[in-house]
Amino acid sequence: MKNLFKLFSIIILIIASNSYSVAAEKVEYLKTDWSFKGLFGKFDRASLQRGYQVYTEVCASCHSMKYLSYRNLAEPGGPEFSEAQAKAIAASFEVTDGPNSDGEMFTRPGKLSDKFVMPYDNVKAAQAANGGAYPPDMSVLVKARGGGVDYIYSLLQGYEEAPSNVSLDDGVYYNKYMYGNKIRMSAPLSDGLVEYGDGTNATVEQMSKDVTTFLMWSAEPHLEARHQMGFKAIVYLIILTILVYFSMKKIWSRVESEV
Amino acid sequence: MSDHDYRPKSKVGQWFNDRLPLLTLANHLTDYPTPKNLNYWWTFGGILTFCLITQIVTGLTLAMHYIAHADMAFESVEHIMRDVNYGWLIRYIHANGASMFFLAVYIHIFRSLFYGSYKSPREIIWILGIIIYLLMMAAAFMGYVLPWGQMSFWGATVITNLFSAIPLVGEGIVTWLWGGYSVDNPTLTRFFTLHYLIPFLILGLVVLHIWALHVPGNNNPVGIDIKKPSKDTVPFHPYIVIKDGFALLMFMIVFAFFVFYAPNILGHADNYIEANPMVTPAHIVPEWYLLPFYAILRSVPDKLLGVVAMLSAILILAVLPWLDTSKIRSAVFRPLYKQFYWILVADVLILGYVGAMPAEGLYLLIARVATAYYFLHFLVILPVLGFKEKTLPVPLSITEPVLGGSPNLAAARNKESKIE
Repeated sequence: MKNLFKLFSIIILIIASNSYSVAAEKVEYLKTDWSFKGLFGKFDRASLQRGYQVYTEVCASCHSMKYLSYRNLAEPGGPEFSEAQAKAIAASFEVTDGPNSDGEMFTRPGKLSDKFVMPYDNVKAAQAANGGAYPPDMSVLVKARGGGVDYIYSLLQGYEEAPSNVSLDDGVYYNKYMYGNKIRMSAPLSDGLVEYGDGTNATVEQMSKDVTTFLMWSAEPHLEARHQMGFKAIVYLIILTILVYFSMKKIWSRVESEV
Repeated sequence: MSDHDYRPKSKVGQWFNDRLPLLTLANHLTDYPTPKNLNYWWTFGGILTFCLITQIVTGLTLAMHYIAHADMAFESVEHIMRDVNYGWLIRYIHANGASMFFLAVYIHIFRSLFYGSYKSPREIIWILGIIIYLLMMAAAFMGYVLPWGQMSFWGATVITNLFSAIPLVGEGIVTWLWGGYSVDNPTLTRFFTLHYLIPFLILGLVVLHIWALHVPGNNNPVGIDIKKPSKDTVPFHPYIVIKDGFALLMFMIVFAFFVFYAPNILGHADNYIEANPMVTPAHIVPEWYLLPFYAILRSVPDKLLGVVAMLSAILILAVLPWLDTSKIRSAVFRPLYKQFYWILVADVLILGYVGAMPAEGLYLLIARVATAYYFLHFLVILPVLGFKEKTLPVPLSITEPVLGGSPNLAAARNKESKIE
């Protein structure tokens, strides 16, 4: 036991020193109460729907979301638009399909089974339109950044006047949460930029939270199912462990040895 | 052992068993006399078997949906995560399962080091174990490449490039490994093939590992040879089966926590960015379980010597039974070795920590000292200790300390139960 204790104290020391060194070199991210954290964490449905609105009206003009389909918007555990709403959303986009029997490509309104329409035809076109910087695909963006949701949430609100000792090139902006503080994306949000259908006041903070929630869902569409199954699985395992423990005690009581 | 006397009761059983003695094998496995004082550190063998089977089953399922192509691998993983029924569950079990596998194998190896399980007559079990461990590292490394994220691509580039350190033929070997002039589609397809193959090699070696174990029987916390079967042993079934089962369930709770509540915490965020040969990540780090060896590699300024040091750090374990000159197995009766053992544990943890940090300044210095100590432990301390150390008297049987053979043994016995 003493040795175990030694081992644990070493590990804790290492973890503590690690988090200390990380904290020393990085700025503290803004915090907010995410509904999807914790054992029973679920998405806030209304926030997801507002987040989709922010994405589609603001982000989608530059950022693709190529792993999502319009049907996902109506699936359980997501924004849960009604199927009619999701169909209407899909139909509002023009999708290139084909070739038809004449060998021609044609456009048609989107269907539920279509992937989200991409803002640019290819990476080069995206770079050309954005001063050489490629706006990353947003499907798994939250999982692709070290700070996760807190990082994205902070970044959206992290635009500031550059300090006097920092010189910025044309088309480069100062963001206190960005790695290296220089970002090619101008501040995407401003108060009242979108008009929420449910009357929520569209402050930068509110929109950041909504769109980040939406991005969390797009990166982990089965998060709710995972949390629910996880709780059941762990409760099941704990009960089984207790039962097996007593069976073990009973069986080992036949021998003069402890378990 | 009573194996040879075993005769099935039914006529059919006898007929079958005379032709293929599977029932004799089953009887041997259930009756297998096991020391009754094994503590919970001994349950990790069973846990590791569980890990291997879990990886094979989830891996087979993933392989049905995964596409090993540089342009489609990343997308096919997202397809598994989003559209395959319970694909997210299978993939998260497989990805975290690798970490759990290594967690268990490290405990298993360090248990062996503490109780001297590698010593005569168990050298072959130990060497088979080291080969399994090497294959595990190869399988894990190649598995990490398959999602074709940034860390996959650059990890593969860094590790395969190590072979270029070999004089004269190095560059040629690297081109041969890649199947081209950079890590690309041919590299991915061969890694997938090998990643699929290695688990079955491991499975075969595990059978040999257990077979070799069943010849001398288990070591035990007291580290003495025992008579089998005797008052010191219990039959494997039901005693060890239920105890291993209990420990496995505890392990599964930890496993489930990672899978359901922190599935990405052991991975690197960069691996959710699709591989891009034009953009190098700021820090290229391997998975946590390879970090100590990565630290050793980077602590040597010369590339070739660094590779040699890293490989030696693993291979030195294979000759451990001959480096450790002490006749006493268990650290319980080796007061000095016990202290050095815990220093080694700390040393490896420190190496793991600096392996995750940039190789510069203080971190590099610490890595160098820790690397030097690692080799010092095996090459100097262990051989010398066997001659110099004054060991405690060892009991003659497991039951003896209970019956109060000598005061020292009561203390030893006390110590064991505390370790549990």
